Amino acid sequence: MRTIGIDVGGTNTDAVLLIDGSVKHAVKTPTTPDVTAGILDALMQLRKNSDVGDAVDAVMIGTTHFINAVIQRRELARVAAIRIGLPASASLEPFIDWPEDLAAIVRGSVHMVAGGHEYDGQPIVPFDRPAMQCAAAEIAKAGIHSAAVTSIFSPLDPECEHEAARLLREICPRVDITLSHELGRIGLLERENAALLNAALKDLARRTVNAFERALASSGIRAPLYLTQNDGTIARAEHASAFPIFSFASGPTNSMRGAAFLSKLNDAVVIDVGGTSTDVGCLHRNFPRQANNAVQICGVRTLFRMPDLLSIGLGGGSLVNYAPLRIGPDSVGFRLTDEAIAFGGSTLTLTDVAVAAGLIELGDRRKLAYMSPSLISDAMATVQRRIGEAADRMKLDAAPLPLIAVGGGSFLVPPQVPGFSEVVRVEHYTVANAVGAAISQVSGEIDRIFSGMSRDEAMAQAEELARKKAIEAGANGSTLELVDIEDLPLAYLPGNTLRVRARVIGRIG
Amino acid sequence: MKCPKREHHLIVDTAGLREVSADELELLATGAWVLGAGGGGSPYFSWLNLRKLYRQGRQVRLLDPMGLSDDDRVAVVSSMGAPLVMQERLIDAALAAKPVRMMEQFTGRKFDAIMAVEVGGSNALQPFLAGALLDLPVVDADAMGRAFPEAQMTSFAIHDLSMFPLTLADIRDNEVVIARAASWKWMERLSRKVTTEVGSIAFTCKAPRNGKEIKHCAILHTVSKAIRIGQTIHEARRRHLDPIEELLKAEGGKLLFTGKVADLVRRTTEGFLRGTARLEGLENFAGHSAELLFQNEFSIGLIDDVPRVMTPDIICTMDSESGEAIGTESLRYGQRVTIIGLPAPPIMLTPKGLELVGPKAFGYDLRFRSVFQDGTE
Repeated sequence: MRTIGIDVGGTNTDAVLLIDGSVKHAVKTPTTPDVTAGILDALMQLRKNSDVGDAVDAVMIGTTHFINAVIQRRELARVAAIRIGLPASASLEPFIDWPEDLAAIVRGSVHMVAGGHEYDGQPIVPFDRPAMQCAAAEIAKAGIHSAAVTSIFSPLDPECEHEAARLLREICPRVDITLSHELGRIGLLERENAALLNAALKDLARRTVNAFERALASSGIRAPLYLTQNDGTIARAEHASAFPIFSFASGPTNSMRGAAFLSKLNDAVVIDVGGTSTDVGCLHRNFPRQANNAVQICGVRTLFRMPDLLSIGLGGGSLVNYAPLRIGPDSVGFRLTDEAIAFGGSTLTLTDVAVAAGLIELGDRRKLAYMSPSLISDAMATVQRRIGEAADRMKLDAAPLPLIAVGGGSFLVPPQVPGFSEVVRVEHYTVANAVGAAISQVSGEIDRIFSGMSRDEAMAQAEELARKKAIEAGANGSTLELVDIEDLPLAYLPGNTLRVRARVIGRIG
Repeated sequence: MKCPKREHHLIVDTAGLREVSADELELLATGAWVLGAGGGGSPYFSWLNLRKLYRQGRQVRLLDPMGLSDDDRVAVVSSMGAPLVMQERLIDAALAAKPVRMMEQFTGRKFDAIMAVEVGGSNALQPFLAGALLDLPVVDADAMGRAFPEAQMTSFAIHDLSMFPLTLADIRDNEVVIARAASWKWMERLSRKVTTEVGSIAFTCKAPRNGKEIKHCAILHTVSKAIRIGQTIHEARRRHLDPIEELLKAEGGKLLFTGKVADLVRRTTEGFLRGTARLEGLENFAGHSAELLFQNEFSIGLIDDVPRVMTPDIICTMDSESGEAIGTESLRYGQRVTIIGLPAPPIMLTPKGLELVGPKAFGYDLRFRSVFQDGTE
């Protein structure tokens, strides 16, 4: 099995070649504004320096591109929000709980249409087709190219959303359509928010995935292209380009899974120290522990399962002020090698302090001779205390766990942290993200109606079908784990009829 | 929608009436979700509605019940139904006010103040929604001191106050008045039937109360209590303390179990959300299991198949990290939750109270034993 894992970050594009479970080669190149050139550069370097040859089994790309677009409020499409459910839920219109500046960018138009379903599958009121046709005409006239359709209780009965999509295709055929039932579960506002975010990102996702494909084609390497998703599994490029929000949080997931792989530990706390921030997550039986409840993405509430992360504004590029001592959250970021004092700049950063303390050899240590030993020790003590506190907060268990330190700034993690059995450092620690992408897992998901059997039988059958699908997609049957299962009774159908969704994931091979 | 300011004959000392700030509403939402005992529906959507109304310039006043004069008229409101439905059919502000107007029309008398039948979940915020639109102050009291699923599970029923009339409104312009009912239980049966028919969510105004009844028969200062609980949790989060531990300390609660949701059976039937949640133990509870039985609210908690906590003790599931309460409709497979118990309002522990809200009232053949009675811990 030969896979290439790529992490396209804001600063660097990293790539690793993995052959039969071991890292054969790793490269780091700057991310380019067009994305393509950076990936192409990384792939060409891999080809030049290792025996990649002309083909691999898979290229898996993890990217923070989509979440960064939302954070930085750039390249987002204006979206027509279509809510089907009037007269219900009238006073909380789409975008009601969004940060106002983000809503102002994404909100193209809002259309509230009568229709939707009750919990038992009955219509709330008949679907108002004329109103929907009217909305479609307005969307066409306003020149909006992306629409998100959300109908009340659509996870139970998606018919209103399908009918709205048919009308949109008829009246404004060039509009991209996102249907909420394909993204989320029960919870109207959260499901609608996911659909709106997805619709805002679809165009960017298509362009980005095209750029990935072009880079791969230009490199001369033949391989199917996958994008990594929030839960550590992969999706084919065309699927990922239709559902960019499923790839939102793949960065931290990849870094945690990469750390687990490189350290061969299944239960540990992972600390990823970057240039600006430090993420702490928890590995439980080889999986990143998931956040529990509603998860906010850039201030937007959704019900996605995301890795449970604690982020603190501390990294190799953090600014250090003294009297009084203050470290971060501001950072010189990717300008570290221009601005840090050890590199001849004039800004005191945490990297400088680490160089002065002798933790790492970088730049010119003599430039830091002016620092007093007490300042160096105070600053390092503060950093190590904050790192220790963050790591401790993510621990659920009182028993001492290992702490895996990865990321370019991980030299800041002290050799011993209270509450942890040891601090583990691994080879290739600066490219743990790309390694995580290269070892992504596959999933099997089933969403089906079962009748004429008991609940237990239906749940067991659903899980079995999901397992089969995962194995068909390339999973090793002995590594499969059930990560989600939910049943919804369909009271309007005769007999004991249930709609069951199950999702299993497992390792490839 | 515009509502004219009303003339009130309500006379209170200025200390008894105060403005509630937008920040306090957020604390109230957090605290009410804890007192919901898993039910009452997520207060998030009511809070969003209120935030919108506040941004439009409306504000609600909170009234100390001791400031009511004996003949002041108080509207008692709630939404009835299954919390799962409220995740999709979101609380609507205008509709919260509608049954109050219907009641004024039916009785021919105006209200002076408004209150919640239950201070748990979304229903704790309902009088604020209606109060903001109708310009009525909200009384700092309720009739359950938490949330319960049924209409007769109130301190008003314990005191044998009258239970009719009741007005009920639905989004489709259906309006129902139940002019009389033979008993509290009949009022529950009739109103539940209508609620189920309109999609298991309806907005109601219960039998009007006067100031004297509130002062003697309501559970007082529970809105303030919910705000206080919200404050404890927010403050703990701000100071990076364990919110659950701080809550238990401040309110005299008990940590009963920590675990991961391993199975969930949830059914919307007869206008309720009923089911069970099975948990596998974590940390100190590794190797043990817990089972929670619910009818909107949690009624019984078993640990290793032995009943450990039961209604009317307040049983609550909390997100183990954030200390946010998790309702029966938002429990999910794989969630890590902590089960806690909080003391029940004393009136619910009287013989008459236990008859209406004890385990037998929920169909369990168990003798009530409070988790706060045993001296084993």
